[in-house]
Amino acid sequence: MLTILFDGIAYGMLLFILACGLTVTLGLMNFINLAHGAFAMAGGYVTVVMMNRYGISFYWCLPAAFIVSALIGLVLERTLYQWLYQASHLDQVLFSIGIVFMAIAATDYFMGGQQQLINLPPELSGRMDVFGVGIGRYRLFTIIICAVLAVALQLILSKTRFGSRLRAAVDDRRVAMGLGINVPLVFALTFAFGSGLAGLGGAMGAEILGLDPNFPLKFMIYFLIVVSVGGTSTVSGPFLAALLLGIADVAGKYYVPAIGPFVIYALMIVMLIVRPNGLFSRGGR
Amino acid sequence: MSEIVLETRNLVRRFGAFLATNDVSLKVERGARHALIGPNGAGKTTLINLLTGVLPPSEGQVFLEGEDITSMASFRRVKRGLTRTFQINQLFNEFTPLETVALAIAEREGVGHNLWRSIAGYGKVIDEAAALLARFGLSSVMGERTVILPYGKQRLLEIALAFASKPRVLLLDEPAAGVPEDERHEVLQIVADLPADVTVLLIEHDMDLVFSFANRISVLVAGAVFVEGTVAEISTDPRVKAVYLGENA
Amino acid sequence: MSVLPQETTVSASSSTAAAETRAAKLMKRRSRIRFYEIIVWIAAIAAYFLLPSKMLILTEIAILALFAVSLDLVLGFAGIVSLGHTAFFGLGAYVAGLMALHFIAEPVTGLIVAGITSGVLGLLTSFLILRGSDLTRLMTTLGIGLMMAEVANQMAWLTGGADGLSGFSPGPILGMFEFDLFGKVGYLYCVGVLFIGTMIMRRIAFSPFGLSLKAIKGNPMRSAMVAVPGRKRIVTAYTIAAVFAGMAGALLTQTTAFVSPDVLAFHRSADVLLVLVIGGTGYLYGGIFGAILFTLVKDWLSVITPQYWMFYIGLLLVILVLIGRDRLSRWVEYLPERFSKKEDR
Repeated sequence: MLTILFDGIAYGMLLFILACGLTVTLGLMNFINLAHGAFAMAGGYVTVVMMNRYGISFYWCLPAAFIVSALIGLVLERTLYQWLYQASHLDQVLFSIGIVFMAIAATDYFMGGQQQLINLPPELSGRMDVFGVGIGRYRLFTIIICAVLAVALQLILSKTRFGSRLRAAVDDRRVAMGLGINVPLVFALTFAFGSGLAGLGGAMGAEILGLDPNFPLKFMIYFLIVVSVGGTSTVSGPFLAALLLGIADVAGKYYVPAIGPFVIYALMIVMLIVRPNGLFSRGGR
Repeated sequence: MSEIVLETRNLVRRFGAFLATNDVSLKVERGARHALIGPNGAGKTTLINLLTGVLPPSEGQVFLEGEDITSMASFRRVKRGLTRTFQINQLFNEFTPLETVALAIAEREGVGHNLWRSIAGYGKVIDEAAALLARFGLSSVMGERTVILPYGKQRLLEIALAFASKPRVLLLDEPAAGVPEDERHEVLQIVADLPADVTVLLIEHDMDLVFSFANRISVLVAGAVFVEGTVAEISTDPRVKAVYLGENA
Repeated sequence: MSVLPQETTVSASSSTAAAETRAAKLMKRRSRIRFYEIIVWIAAIAAYFLLPSKMLILTEIAILALFAVSLDLVLGFAGIVSLGHTAFFGLGAYVAGLMALHFIAEPVTGLIVAGITSGVLGLLTSFLILRGSDLTRLMTTLGIGLMMAEVANQMAWLTGGADGLSGFSPGPILGMFEFDLFGKVGYLYCVGVLFIGTMIMRRIAFSPFGLSLKAIKGNPMRSAMVAVPGRKRIVTAYTIAAVFAGMAGALLTQTTAFVSPDVLAFHRSADVLLVLVIGGTGYLYGGIFGAILFTLVKDWLSVITPQYWMFYIGLLLVILVLIGRDRLSRWVEYLPERFSKKEDR
């Protein structure tokens, strides 16, 4: 039981790291970026290539995945995304689906369509026994990293100058510009950071979530649920939503395998009926 | 005492810590020409939004002809005879003025759900729409897209659209805003010419217009009703002057 | 000049009468049959005689067109962006397959049953898209699409799972017209259903109901303020769209005598969005024009690069949005409205 819970938490934490960049793009730029998973996939493949082709240590791959995905994000934001911040949601959806399709086909072309496997360092593989609860070492590693990241994120947003500028830009773009904040720069850096986090999530998730060219499509629904259930105004909202989703999904697939795949949809529908404006949204605007 | 058609009881609306509507209890009689005045930010538009269901109140109730409509959807309130205009035009940009008012008339007549008959087949609806547009001087542009109309025409359409629903209670949110000064009185003349049993609640900044139109005035300050009375009472009330002078100073 | 003409009673009433006449004319003109509509249907018939070897791709176009026209009712009229419209297409496809396999081989019966079933699913799920923002709607529609795909996958005893559904052959249409090897009857059947479907949706488009849908899309707050019951209208529109999407799915099953799990795949929902966007939204024929272009482009791409055509579809989407899809789809407005040049304003 506790093992399932533990796995669920690890899964949820991973979803949070993957999706929190999307939360920011949505909350900050009001941009529905369905291609967010493509950045995560990029991170995953960076890890696969570095480890399997060049034999570089897993620990070096994680920051590399972050940096590569962030750079891709930065380039795409400057060249393409920034033109669509004012566009309709339909345009944004079409555009980002286009990016997803291109990413899938390109990945398939360069890397092949098969599932990619990575060999974790020995100290991270296997399980250990803590008070009778079987705990996967890698899951524990994931939880620790993600928890640190979540706390860091919360601190960055609430305590640093960049965080306050970001929040100012979210609240009122025009006023923020009037105050001398370089809003496009803030946007670009935030987008890159969010993409980087997704890349990191993709790298760490290659083991738990699997990695193949269809990754961005497969996890699109998870990201959307995390963001719409969690809301875009806080860090804690998506965090709790991701945890809930992760635990429900893992538990559902373990206990009721026949209907396991439906647990997330059931969760989605229940949420829609009970709290149509998001689980953690502030009541009324 | 005459019948109360629109009433609020202890209406409160908060935006976070900000109190936009503060314990407003308002009674509007049938056939009244009731004006709502107050300095900028006094919560006049918020109050209209609460009355029409655009916003839900934080506390308190709204009654229309004795019925509690506090949690009723906007479109149902319109069906019960309560409608409004908007301070900032809320029109259908891609529609023509003809389509715009025809839609409202069709909905009022209860044929809006018909999905089989062409709207061109409803002669009475079209005729009424044409007559209404003619009354507002919009005949010449009835076939143009609304978005390309000059502002003045859009403003007239905004008011004509509220008329199309044939309201028993009409809330006008600064109807003359943006209309050239010499034409304002004509806009309000159409409103004044409404049948005597139609109740009008008017938000307006132009005091001359208010004093010539209204027979009762409520002054709203900081979300609360500051004072209420007849035109004579309000126009001579030193406190009201102070509020307005204070704002101007 | 005064805004409100101060006229004598006589001239006022005569100007009102003039306005009424003009209004009636304008309203009739709105729903008049356009030049391009006639061209479309003539071309559809002509294709039957001129391109006998291309029946399969033409049939594919007709089915995709019906699917896209049904989405236009949701997207172009009610303004709801759906990422899961294929849930209805796929359900219709499976129902038609199961009907043919277990009950009646007659296609029209299967078509109707498939339409009704999809309509029921549309009605049930429409309540979930009523509330919330564009984002929640994207999630919901995508979720429903994926859920249907998962259902089909899990209920392999009924649907054949990953192998799909086969082993049935549709009987003669209405017991009279046998499907032929060259797909000629199939093509006419699909064009016929497309024609009837488009005509029905065209009537809906020009009804008060259709007008109110566009009002909800244009300005939801104001539409409520003229007494449009937004939710009810959206439920109805979504349900009708689901019926026709289901019928499109049924046509695919009946003309190919096979149901592949691919009918519920996400890319179909994306494809149909792209189709509609290429052709332009909000006037129904966009779905037909878009289906023609899309199918031709996809056919051409899959010859050039059979494995990676998805890349170019994606590229097309990106370019389309960056150029501005309005600019692209506005070409329809430049088509002549009618045969004669006479203006009757």
